[in-house]
Amino acid sequence: MSHILTMIAQRLALGLVTLFVVSLIIFLGTELLPGDFAQEILGQSATPETVAALREQLGLNDPMHIRYLGWLTDIVQGDFGESLANGQSVAGLIGGRLVRTLQLASYAAAIAVPLSLVLGILAALFRNSFFDRFANASALSSISFPEFFVAYILIFLLAGANGAFPSTAINISRGDPNFTEYLHVAFLPALTLTLVVTAHMMRMTRAAIINLLSSPYIEMARLKGMSPMRIIVKHALPNALAPIINVVALNLAYLITGVVVVEVVFVYPGLGQLMVDSVAARDMPVVQGVALIFAGAYVLLNLTADVLATLSNPRLVHRR
Amino acid sequence: MSDKEVLLTIRDLRIEGRADEEWLEIVKGVDLTLHKGEVLGLIGESGAGKSTIGLAAMGFARDGCRISGGTIDFDGIDLRSASEAKRRGLRGKRIAYVAQSAAASFNPAHKLIDQYSEAPVQHGVMSRGEANNDAVELYGKMQLPNPDEIGFRYPHQVSGGQLQRAMTAMAMACRPDLIIFDEPTTALDVTTQIEVLSAIRDIVEQFDTAAIYITHDLAVVAQMADKIKVLLKGEEVEEADTRTMLNAPTQDYTKSLWAVRSHARPEQPPIEAGTTPVVSVKGVTAGYGTLDVLKNINFDIHARRTVAVVGESGSGKSTTARVITGLLPPREGEIQFNGQTLPADYRNRTKDQLRQAQMIYQMADTALNPKQKLRELIGRPAQMYLGLNGKALEERVRNLLDLIELEPDDYIDRLPSELSGGQKQRIGIARALAAEPQFIICDEVTSALDQLVAEGILKLLDKLQAEFDLAYMFITHDLATVKSIADEVVVMKEGVVVEQGPKSEMFQPPHDPYTELLLSSVPEMDPDWLDKLLEERAAGGAGAAVEGAGN
Repeated sequence: MSHILTMIAQRLALGLVTLFVVSLIIFLGTELLPGDFAQEILGQSATPETVAALREQLGLNDPMHIRYLGWLTDIVQGDFGESLANGQSVAGLIGGRLVRTLQLASYAAAIAVPLSLVLGILAALFRNSFFDRFANASALSSISFPEFFVAYILIFLLAGANGAFPSTAINISRGDPNFTEYLHVAFLPALTLTLVVTAHMMRMTRAAIINLLSSPYIEMARLKGMSPMRIIVKHALPNALAPIINVVALNLAYLITGVVVVEVVFVYPGLGQLMVDSVAARDMPVVQGVALIFAGAYVLLNLTADVLATLSNPRLVHRR
Repeated sequence: MSDKEVLLTIRDLRIEGRADEEWLEIVKGVDLTLHKGEVLGLIGESGAGKSTIGLAAMGFARDGCRISGGTIDFDGIDLRSASEAKRRGLRGKRIAYVAQSAAASFNPAHKLIDQYSEAPVQHGVMSRGEANNDAVELYGKMQLPNPDEIGFRYPHQVSGGQLQRAMTAMAMACRPDLIIFDEPTTALDVTTQIEVLSAIRDIVEQFDTAAIYITHDLAVVAQMADKIKVLLKGEEVEEADTRTMLNAPTQDYTKSLWAVRSHARPEQPPIEAGTTPVVSVKGVTAGYGTLDVLKNINFDIHARRTVAVVGESGSGKSTTARVITGLLPPREGEIQFNGQTLPADYRNRTKDQLRQAQMIYQMADTALNPKQKLRELIGRPAQMYLGLNGKALEERVRNLLDLIELEPDDYIDRLPSELSGGQKQRIGIARALAAEPQFIICDEVTSALDQLVAEGILKLLDKLQAEFDLAYMFITHDLATVKSIADEVVVMKEGVVVEQGPKSEMFQPPHDPYTELLLSSVPEMDPDWLDKLLEERAAGGAGAAVEGAGN
């Protein structure tokens, strides 16, 4: 097992390097934006003197590398700076939103992952049957529509006057709903996200399994008189796990970082909304903070996927 | 035999395979009768339909195949009309299968013992605990090391010969009435093959199991079968009990199979003292990472001579070839070519040095670019090394096709997929010749081919050697090939040369104990050969000293 731990440590270190590179890109990216932050904050009517004073106060006159190092040192210590728009701490702003985003992502994942695995397995079992084609066609059409369109269709069908679910999640930011209330209020956003990510995971599960069905060990299982279901679940699936895990991780990362549109449609108080608002307001410390969190989520999920994929392969876990 | 009850009756079996949207008959009306406890050997070249018939005996057809006619009656059950569920109930329980490559046929995700107990538990024959105990007992019977513990390993943690025995044990799990053995020892080294053969034979006798033993190796089938059926292109040639078949085959095709190993190269005059060898391997030590795969290897290869490098898998034969071609620079030692030292790395060798040493590979299938026509495949080295172009190049390619006995007009614009296995290997030879080398490395060039086809390739290589004064290094694990083609033999084991010398000395005692083990392990056509050998080894002769080397 020690080589697994070594691998995890190596991947973690590599992840840190990735995050460092990402931080550099984020910083340089915001530097490249045209215009002057102090000018933007104070508006067109500000006098040159006040702009100069603000520049001084924000440290914008320092050379770029000094500011980058300062920013990075603060972040390493957990200090993401203060919002330019309202002076609140960025960490505080992100913190609450991050929890909400993670809640929604887990909610959607809890529906989407089991659903797509089961559908993928069934599609592989009944391959080329009507069920297979139907599952494929519906999954494909649901990702072919833009997310907001899927969201509005769901609102039309499930919310509104006679609908069972609220069409907006705005109540979440107003009060602190308990668990069942949350499930009810966030159902439509979670369902929209489910429809968006299911197709990818389902089709990969199906393809990864079918890919193995011509293997000699599958033929052996058939010649041992095993049932088709058992062959898929016990003989093909364990060997197909690595690609499936990777696709699941990719989609989970999307659930955290790619949900801007859905959050806006449902007025859900998550990170995506915060990002959009901050970009509009040129609130750079917040944009940078959120971008780093997104990068961190990607790195962490892919790391987890790598480790799980390794653990699913006895050849890598149990050396000769 | 025939006083026993009939177990399996196949009448007028027809099986079709699909090729390009068309169903072609690949088994054309074969009859087969098997009594309880009887072992039938099915032999024939590739494409004879052996495996297809073996699987049909389980009521099974591979994807892309279908059983289109005839009857298959297993112990009163009509397998063709039985429901899929009923057939599933028989498979693994009353009819079991042992595949050619155990390494590929064990599921890499599960431990051996779990795969063993799967059939008995799922078919309701035993509980899991009983099956596990039973597995340990059978592993012991199959002479696997540490039978108590070996089942708890994953397939990749167990060697090829052990896996093949574990698979036979697995087939026995439900104590079936019939086992189909589909080339169970073809992928193994000769020394390992003996252990697997004797273990299979013991266990089949012990449980009085009937078996269909499929192989292309006559000497192997002679040890295993009570009667032999010879197949050719999906049709039966003849069937007789083993001794009759070996001593008095009636059909011409069978006789030709029996006579296959007749090609023998005439003895070459001894090399004059002081001649510079074409290739000289001097004190080579090489390896991967920190591991030394080769340890101080020395041998010479002269013009118009064939040196056979023999050994089991892992002995370092192919690594030696990689060192000579410069793909793997050695840690110590050097390669000399006509007396001059070659740069260790092929990237530092001149074009002319590269041209002089060519290779022919085992799998002609994968060594030829499937998208290129023969014109390009053969023409490319001639163009690159000799600078031929246009008409001269075309002339050269036609010339080479003539040399390998393929009609140029007919073949020059074909793709590799339009050739048979033997023809592809001929293209490999032509491609090597196109560079006009002095030295060719033949890496197991005949092991993937049927015997008659392999014979043709060996004859061609002999003819070309005489014509162009070539020096050959012939890598092989098959001692029969060595006998027919080599002038000198180098025996390797675990990266060391254990014995080397002229062929005539090599096949005469006294031998190095390892050479003795290798030589005595080559199956012979005598049906009593295995019994005699095992007796001799038990008594301490015939390489018993290094027994188990192939494990």
